[in-house]
Amino acid sequence: MTEIVLPAPALAADKPRTSLNAGERRRRRLTYLQAAPMALVFLIFLAIPLLLTLMVSFWEYNEYEIVPAFTLQNYRDVFEGCLNGSDLCTTVRTYLSTLKFCALTWVCTLLIGFTVAYFLAFHVRSRTTQTVLFLICTIPFWTSNVIRMISWIPLLGRNGLVNDTLQSLGLTKSPIEGLLYSNFSVTLAFVHLYTVFMIVPIFNSMARIDRALIEASYDAGATGWQTLANVVIPLCKPGIAIGSIFVVTLVMGDFVTVGVMGGQQIASVGKVIQVQMSYLQFPAAAANAMVLLGAVMLMILGLTRIIDLRREL
Amino acid sequence: MDVELIRLTKRYGETLAVDAIDLKIPSGAYCCLLGPSGCGKTTTLRMIGGHEAVSSGDVVIGPYSVGDAPPAERGTAMMFQSYALFPHLNCRDNVAFSLKMRGIAKAERQAKAMKMLSLVQMEHLAERLPAQLSGGQQQRVALARALVTGPKVLLLDEPLSALDPFLRVRMRVELKRIQAELGLTFIHVTHSQEEAMALSDLVVVMKGGRIEQAADPRTVFERPATAFVARFIGGHNVIGLPEGPIAVRTDRMRLGEDAGEGARPARVVAVEYQGTSVLVGLDADGIERPADGSSALTAVLSDHAFAARPLALGDTVPVGWDEAAAHRLDA
Repeated sequence: MTEIVLPAPALAADKPRTSLNAGERRRRRLTYLQAAPMALVFLIFLAIPLLLTLMVSFWEYNEYEIVPAFTLQNYRDVFEGCLNGSDLCTTVRTYLSTLKFCALTWVCTLLIGFTVAYFLAFHVRSRTTQTVLFLICTIPFWTSNVIRMISWIPLLGRNGLVNDTLQSLGLTKSPIEGLLYSNFSVTLAFVHLYTVFMIVPIFNSMARIDRALIEASYDAGATGWQTLANVVIPLCKPGIAIGSIFVVTLVMGDFVTVGVMGGQQIASVGKVIQVQMSYLQFPAAAANAMVLLGAVMLMILGLTRIIDLRREL
Repeated sequence: MDVELIRLTKRYGETLAVDAIDLKIPSGAYCCLLGPSGCGKTTTLRMIGGHEAVSSGDVVIGPYSVGDAPPAERGTAMMFQSYALFPHLNCRDNVAFSLKMRGIAKAERQAKAMKMLSLVQMEHLAERLPAQLSGGQQQRVALARALVTGPKVLLLDEPLSALDPFLRVRMRVELKRIQAELGLTFIHVTHSQEEAMALSDLVVVMKGGRIEQAADPRTVFERPATAFVARFIGGHNVIGLPEGPIAVRTDRMRLGEDAGEGARPARVVAVEYQGTSVLVGLDADGIERPADGSSALTAVLSDHAFAARPLALGDTVPVGWDEAAAHRLDA
């Protein structure tokens, strides 16, 4: 380390090396201290509950009590019937159903989110308008999740606004059945709830793209679509990845939306856990939760394989 | 290809950024658009390149009036001020970008890109990302990228302003070499008169959206058209005489015994040693100081002449000039 002698405080220059190390150590301790509150929050609200869940997932239970033990029975129950027989077991079928919603929601939110973010970032010139429009995007968040979902019911119901309008316009003779309590309504609600989680990170990525790059691309003879594919999308990858992580984790763990919008008829992994919880089968629920956690982590791992987030941030 | 601007105008709402300018740049010329910031030089360049819509007037490149044609169809290429290299592509792919947009096969475009990179002596860093390059290296890549499609006119927007002074001089030489080698028309925007003098065949001095003077550098320096040009180009004293303003080169000022008949007494207010020469700042009665508050007159003496008759701050010395050295200005 080179010594730089500063004119005013000559302290550092004439003190021996050991005191410099002490200063270094003090600085390091301070750094840990600064990181401590967040680490503590993570420890109390994430690490410990997770470990407890992991622990409980190995316990035994019966109709009236939960017994601390170490058994893999709960995990065996989760995958019961999965290894034999040609039919898909319940767990796999439930996961496939949830994954289907996940994929549908991801595609829709990505398309809508990207478009909205693109409009905000590239077509809205003034900063103020940008901010105002951005705030408008978040207005739905001023009310609760459940209320936003329930408000779809009078719209989509058998005698709801949509069916009434279609019939009065003479476009349909009888009400369309699949509008509410169907895969469609569940996906619609997911998209409605989670698009904003795509908009925000993608917009953030786009806002950081130097406008000269777009001009350079135009100068190189690229069409609008070519610029989108070769410049904008590659530079938005981190935003797309972060938005995707939000949407995937939220949809994978959801049980309320699937319950309300699916008329309690559609299975999802979250729903299974919730039902087990309500019957106080905590170890079974914990085992299911652990499997779900593993599945989601694998998905995110796959995502980060495609996009090196740490490099891009 | 030659470039001609006809009554070219750019309006932003009420303000006129470029005010009906006419200019003819001959094919293969190195043209510098020179002026202070806000004079409309960059806007003019962007209109030539098709990055700014023309409010009225015409840009003619070669035989065609280009109208609203996109840059690629004009035969122009632009080198941006901050280089605008694509951060997610390595040097080779940056250079090959426009070829990719034209649908040229991968092997062919990469070979072509490598050839361009070797022209700017960057082929050994072809795999690097722009963030891993120094400013000068980034600029070379940007130049290669602009040249790869074989444009007839290269537009450079303050290409040297981001470099340190030493590198700036080296890149200046490089630009001139490449321009001569390829025989292209270069249009280069700068606010440095030194750069314009060193590089150009045609200097276009702009002010407030209008062209003050367009001529070869020697003419601009020897016979500046206006007081603004004389001041901006430097090396001149602008002296307001009753019969109109004149410009006298600072190295043609006469001090002391040489001052001649029309000499007037002046006070020495600054002496700056510059190595081969000495700058002497003078204030004389009846000659106004320029707006920037520096001394009213500047005389450049060779170090010999100064050593023979040294001057100190506060000295009073007669100052004059040859009648032949006085250049009458329009305004």
